[in-house]
Amino acid sequence: MADTASQTGTLTINVDGDPMPARPGEMLIAAAERGGVYIPRFCYHPRLRPVGMCRMCLVEVKGPRGFGLAPACFIPVADGQEVITRSDKVKKAQDGVLEFLLVNHPLDCPVCDKGGECPLQDQTLAYGPGETRFVEEKRHWAKPIALSDLVSLDRERCIQCDRCTRFADEVAGDPLIEFKGRGDHIEVATFPDQPFASYFSGNTVQICPVGALLSRPYRFKARPWDLEQVESTCTMCSVGCRIAVQSSGPELTRYIGLDSDPVNHGWLCDKGRYSYSYVNSPERLSHPLVRKSGEMVEASWGEALEAAARGLDGARSVHGAASLAVLGGARLANEDAYTWARLAKGVLRTDNVDAQLGDGLPAEVVLGLPRATIDDACSAPAVVLLAPDLKEELPVLYLRLRAAALEAGVPFVELTPRKTGMSRHCEASLAYRPGEAPALAKALVEGSASDVAGVPAASIATAHELLGVEGAVVVLGRPSLAESAGSIAAAAAILAGGLPGCRFLPALRRANVLGALDMGLAPGLLPGRVSLDAGRGWFTQAWGGTPEQRGLDAAGILGAAAEGRIQGLVLLGSDPLSDYPDRRLARAALAGAGFVVAVDTFLTASSGQADVVLPAAAFAERAGTTTNLEGRITRLGQKIVPPGVAWPDWMIAAELAFRLGADLGVESLEEIWQEIERVAPSHRGISRALLADRRHRDGVVAPLADGAPADLRPPPEAATGTGAGSTTAAVPAGVDPMSTPGVDSVETQGLPATDAAAATAPSGGVDPGPEGALDRDPEPSTPAPPPPMLTWAGDHSPPPLAPLDGYSLRLITGRTLYDSGSLVQHTPALASLAGASRLRANPYDLERLGRGQGGQVRVRSNRATFLAEAVPDAGVPRGSVWLPFDAGAGEISAGEVIDATVAVTDLRVETP
Amino acid sequence: MARLNVENVQRARELIALYPVPRSALIPILHVAQEQDGWLTPEAVSHVAELLDLTAAEVYGTASFYDMFFTEPVGRHLVSVCTNIACLLNGGYELLEHAEQKLGIKAGATTEDGEFTLEEAECLALCGAAPCLTVNWRFFGPVTPESFDKLAGYLRDGELAHQVPPHGTLCRVRRSVGLPARSAGEAGPGVDSGGTA
Amino acid sequence: MPLTDARPIVTRRVSVPESWTLKAYLENGGYVGLRKALTMEPEAITQEVLASNLLGRGGAGFEAGKKWSMLRKAQPVYLVVNGDESEPATFKDHMLLEADPHQILEGVVICAYAVGAAQAFVYVRGEFALGLERMTEAVNEAYEHGAVGRDIFGSGFSVDVVVHPGAGAYICGEETALIESLEGKRGFPRIKPPFFPAAIGLYGAPTVVNNVETMSNLPWIVEHGGAAFAALGIGRSTGTRIFSLSGHVKRPGNYEVEMAKVTFRDLIEDPRLGGGIRDGNQLKAFIPGGVSAPWFSPDQVDMALDQDAVGKAGSMLGSGSVVIMDHTTCAVRAVWRITRFFHRESCGQCTPCREGSGWLEKIMRRIEQGAGREEDLELLLDVCDNIAPGLGWPPQQTTICVLGPSIPSSIKSGVNMFRDEFLTHVKEGACPYG
Ligand SMILES: Cc1cc2nc3c(=O)[nH]c(=O)nc-3n(C[C@H](O)[C@H](O)[C@H](O)COP(=O)(O)O)c2cc1C
Ligand code: SF4
Ligand code: FES
Repeated sequence: MADTASQTGTLTINVDGDPMPARPGEMLIAAAERGGVYIPRFCYHPRLRPVGMCRMCLVEVKGPRGFGLAPACFIPVADGQEVITRSDKVKKAQDGVLEFLLVNHPLDCPVCDKGGECPLQDQTLAYGPGETRFVEEKRHWAKPIALSDLVSLDRERCIQCDRCTRFADEVAGDPLIEFKGRGDHIEVATFPDQPFASYFSGNTVQICPVGALLSRPYRFKARPWDLEQVESTCTMCSVGCRIAVQSSGPELTRYIGLDSDPVNHGWLCDKGRYSYSYVNSPERLSHPLVRKSGEMVEASWGEALEAAARGLDGARSVHGAASLAVLGGARLANEDAYTWARLAKGVLRTDNVDAQLGDGLPAEVVLGLPRATIDDACSAPAVVLLAPDLKEELPVLYLRLRAAALEAGVPFVELTPRKTGMSRHCEASLAYRPGEAPALAKALVEGSASDVAGVPAASIATAHELLGVEGAVVVLGRPSLAESAGSIAAAAAILAGGLPGCRFLPALRRANVLGALDMGLAPGLLPGRVSLDAGRGWFTQAWGGTPEQRGLDAAGILGAAAEGRIQGLVLLGSDPLSDYPDRRLARAALAGAGFVVAVDTFLTASSGQADVVLPAAAFAERAGTTTNLEGRITRLGQKIVPPGVAWPDWMIAAELAFRLGADLGVESLEEIWQEIERVAPSHRGISRALLADRRHRDGVVAPLADGAPADLRPPPEAATGTGAGSTTAAVPAGVDPMSTPGVDSVETQGLPATDAAAATAPSGGVDPGPEGALDRDPEPSTPAPPPPMLTWAGDHSPPPLAPLDGYSLRLITGRTLYDSGSLVQHTPALASLAGASRLRANPYDLERLGRGQGGQVRVRSNRATFLAEAVPDAGVPRGSVWLPFDAGAGEISAGEVIDATVAVTDLRVETP
Repeated sequence: MARLNVENVQRARELIALYPVPRSALIPILHVAQEQDGWLTPEAVSHVAELLDLTAAEVYGTASFYDMFFTEPVGRHLVSVCTNIACLLNGGYELLEHAEQKLGIKAGATTEDGEFTLEEAECLALCGAAPCLTVNWRFFGPVTPESFDKLAGYLRDGELAHQVPPHGTLCRVRRSVGLPARSAGEAGPGVDSGGTA
Repeated sequence: MPLTDARPIVTRRVSVPESWTLKAYLENGGYVGLRKALTMEPEAITQEVLASNLLGRGGAGFEAGKKWSMLRKAQPVYLVVNGDESEPATFKDHMLLEADPHQILEGVVICAYAVGAAQAFVYVRGEFALGLERMTEAVNEAYEHGAVGRDIFGSGFSVDVVVHPGAGAYICGEETALIESLEGKRGFPRIKPPFFPAAIGLYGAPTVVNNVETMSNLPWIVEHGGAAFAALGIGRSTGTRIFSLSGHVKRPGNYEVEMAKVTFRDLIEDPRLGGGIRDGNQLKAFIPGGVSAPWFSPDQVDMALDQDAVGKAGSMLGSGSVVIMDHTTCAVRAVWRITRFFHRESCGQCTPCREGSGWLEKIMRRIEQGAGREEDLELLLDVCDNIAPGLGWPPQQTTICVLGPSIPSSIKSGVNMFRDEFLTHVKEGACPYG
């Protein structure tokens, strides 16, 4: 498969008389394209296995019997190979294929969504014959049929290129659409009444080279020539897939996946792809709200900020800085997160700050362990999965790892309380008893003669064998929200100590959680992966002050709030009532918190209870940068303006600080970034100019390796402010309209991220200006050396674990892709897909209740008692029970029974 | 009519055992399913998919490539009249038209009583006896209008039952041996799942 | 055996009562070749087959021995026997499967022994219900008899044979499509290179694919030696071969005759063979090797049944099926029906074949039904040219397999040989033959 691996050509081929470098093993069509000779194609896609079916890429290749026609997409390059791409013979063959393709094509371009960005249309103009010689009756099919809730199919337009079906099978592993029939009766079809229910179905629409596959939410929404677009990064999860954000008028209309080689290879999950509509939601917060005599009423920014400042200042002056807390921030851009960190720790001087909501891992663990990238994992000698179901929580990471297992043969060892989407691709999938991850980790590194944590000794031996390598990569997250973070941290420490040279890839879900931690939104931390103690001096210099002692994490903050010890609470785009694992504690906390300020895009369960609500700009309404789970920093593009008077979060922080008597002295994203680069050790050298350089449009992973490679230093012209020129392409260089229809084939394309942002500055009047233009690197205000980045020694002691009594089942829980989160719920196309809350248990355990075929059961715990629909599931080990944390709206959540203070949660499951 | 019955699941397992890669047994198993119900019911297709760890869509898509598999009910007697070159030259189309009149249906249709489904076939490899036809894949030729009428009568009255089993029954001889050579491991092929274009 | 004194080889048992049973087979010299083969070095058998210059009987006419020696050196090796016989007007394999399955089986085991195959698969066209039953019965008997399976005839050599039913798709006769089908997939031919079965075949392993008739010749060749076989025929066209004779002859049927020493005229007219054109009619045209082959005109009737001679003359012996059309034949209708066949059987992968076959069929039908236009003749040829550039022989192709470039064969023959007849259809809007 042709890819953009930067390995340099070691062969030379001869195309139309010119020598051209080529890479061993690649196909002619790819080598020629890199060499500037574009060979037309339909079925070929650089990220799919070639099939050589459409025959559009026929060129003359010299063989033993002289030149003959051959498909460039299926001919591997060979040294000295002679190729002719322009000759009468080639032209006739290509014209012929196009004419054949149009024989049964309806030519209904005017009413086709693809019209204007259609490779068939474009290539017909470019290569096609003039008039049609076909006077016969065309093949007829009933017009669009639904393949799923998201995708419909117009069979008359299909050209049988096999792209969608190959994608579904090869890439997504969901072969739910197939060719049906033979010859010119071939149609793409699902099994009757079994829809194309794949988390990745939207990609088939994106790569369809004609208007056959249609996006149901997008249908007839816009015409390509009305679309403007800007390059950005999807922020529905922390994988950080690159996308082109497209808008028509004031609304977002579509996201298209861009091919970022280190990250998403052009693919998106459907949650990300269709999430644009929450931004357009009429329910977005557009004006500040202030509670007056119990009532939430609209207010001006001045009023609202005044009220917020008064409330926080009052609490501080009466109860001290330790009575203030900031919860959330993982959905903010880096610049927002930094400004809020500075407000909280530098101005309010509280360290009760946590971007995570008890569903992640301690910041020291995440930032202190040696880090790996996705590519590292995909080329590792072995990969350990100690994470939630990646297919559900980090879908495109799942695609990358699945491919690594299937194509690169990377061996995977999975530690999981239940079967996941990756299980079938793992050499060893070890189902352990919830809470016993540390014990199993220990057995894996040391080997064990006996069963551990319910895992047979034989399986442990296999895994132990596989892990006897240097440099394994551990994908680390929370396998179950009902197993305490401490338990997983302990397991991580054991693996870190026991697997030689291993590195970690965090599997934390929220979009910019790693950026937020880098920016210091966690207790005991300061920006740049610096511990509070190590960085106090440096940041007191930079900020004029820092918290006195280490503060509380989310659990601590909520606990304190419940006891009335938090008098001023800021909810930073966070909704603890829905997201914190222990729902009862969250409720008590919000009830007990004195004064609550919420910064949010929607009125959620939590922000609905606040005293002051400040409306924030959402995705694509503000520029900035975000950091994915690798630590990769990419730029966010702005395409539209926020609703009403909503502001970017950093502005809100700056204005609030001002009202609290502190001038942060930041007026633009550039200034904030320069400050970050100056004060945050992990971000040293990562200038705006560097990020603006087209060579880094895949982003830059922080921190830069010491003596970063040449191309990781700002190019001179960018440094002198003329760098804008290097960012004029809104999409990666050489995007092939055939592999990403809709991005390059549209005439009226959006401007580059930065200019676009400038062109449509939000009401707040922010003007980022051209990337790098303002990038000067003033002397750090202090000659003192920057503080060291923290490393994590690791705490091997797992939290105490109560024995499981014979009558109870141990709870496993986690999220599903289409959850009840406010973003999904405000995306009509997806909300309906959110599943019902079903309890899953091993058939054996249900059999004991006489519920072998499933049925209603009563669930009892010291927290709650409720009825649930039970489903037998061999993927759940005996003695455990699965209950989703976050199923569809109004569904029962495992959060109702989780007790955050203990390592695991046990339930009684009985017949009602 | 539903999923494969116990005996046929057993037959399916035996068929799978004959091949280095289970999916190779797909077509043989589909013939078994078609023998059971006369056509491929959705339930059977899903069941076959389970047995081979494929999706129903994969099985359905594959089956649809082959003319002998029907995903809609067919008559007890599938009459396939050849009209390809050798039969064309010897009155194949005239025979087909006669059959259409006799049975009162057009090619591709099934009689009200579900006795006959008539189809126009490609060369049946009996060109020495043109014009020819098959009934449930049992051969007859050369066929004259008169002999066709007789044949139709016999079939209706079940007088050819011994020679022409109900539609779907392909091979009435069962393989009675396993794979001693392979099980002996003397020539056990290592499975290489690659190798598709 | 008529004409030459060569005795039949592969059809010598077909008239024996119950010829398909093991009993009849053994009574008529069955499994003698295999017993002998098992005493020889595998390599020696390949040498004999090379010496015999046995040409493949499936259509491509490639030397069997050469194919075996081209196998990629890797384990396992598979043997796949092509019994999908679907080329219109070809009906010899059908006969061999029903009349002499043990002969095929004996050839299979000999070949498996020669190439060291781990397992052999006999892919039988799905529509051959009786053939499948006879073949399966033969396999059961052969295992009992010790001729197949473990430690064959005490030689220590073992191979399993599986009879695999097709399910109705002409394209599955193409060897790579057949392999896909045998893997339980849609019969989509694979692109060659790199997917030559000898290199990358069944399950990606080196694989021999040979035709049923090709296999049937092996017992005789091993028993009597390659030289004896090569002594028959002329030049590269050695041995005897079955020709399926059909169409307007008095005695259509399968005739095994010595290659290159018999002419098309003999085949058509000899009283022991075709017995002449029916009703004393005149020969109008004939197809020398299945509907994929370009047609010949009466003046070529004295050409010998010689693979190379026919090839040089711009057609092929192909699958050995000879179709006779007398002067009452409507060439337009014949061409249309053949085109319709290719349209129905195109697998649908390649745009030119998938769409071209349908387009050509529609034009032909229009002309046949009297709605043709004069320009349609040039259009026909140009569309054909976009499938097989140059319309030469052997054809160049814009497609994956050669079904595509076979479509033009009959069209260009018809238009070139019977242009006036086509024009009459166009001008008079009706068929002169009623
Ligand atoms: C469209 C097409 C159909 C074919 N059909 C058959 C067939 O029915 N039987 C057969 O033996 N070979 C058929 N062949 C030839 C096979 O591809 C292959 O060459 C042959 O089976 C090799 O066996 P042989 O060398 O013994 O002739 C066909 C080829 C093509 C392109
Ligand atoms: S030429 Fe026709 S039959 Fe052959 S592979 Fe292509 S589409 Fe299929
Ligand atoms: S055949 Fe090469 S692009 Fe389709």
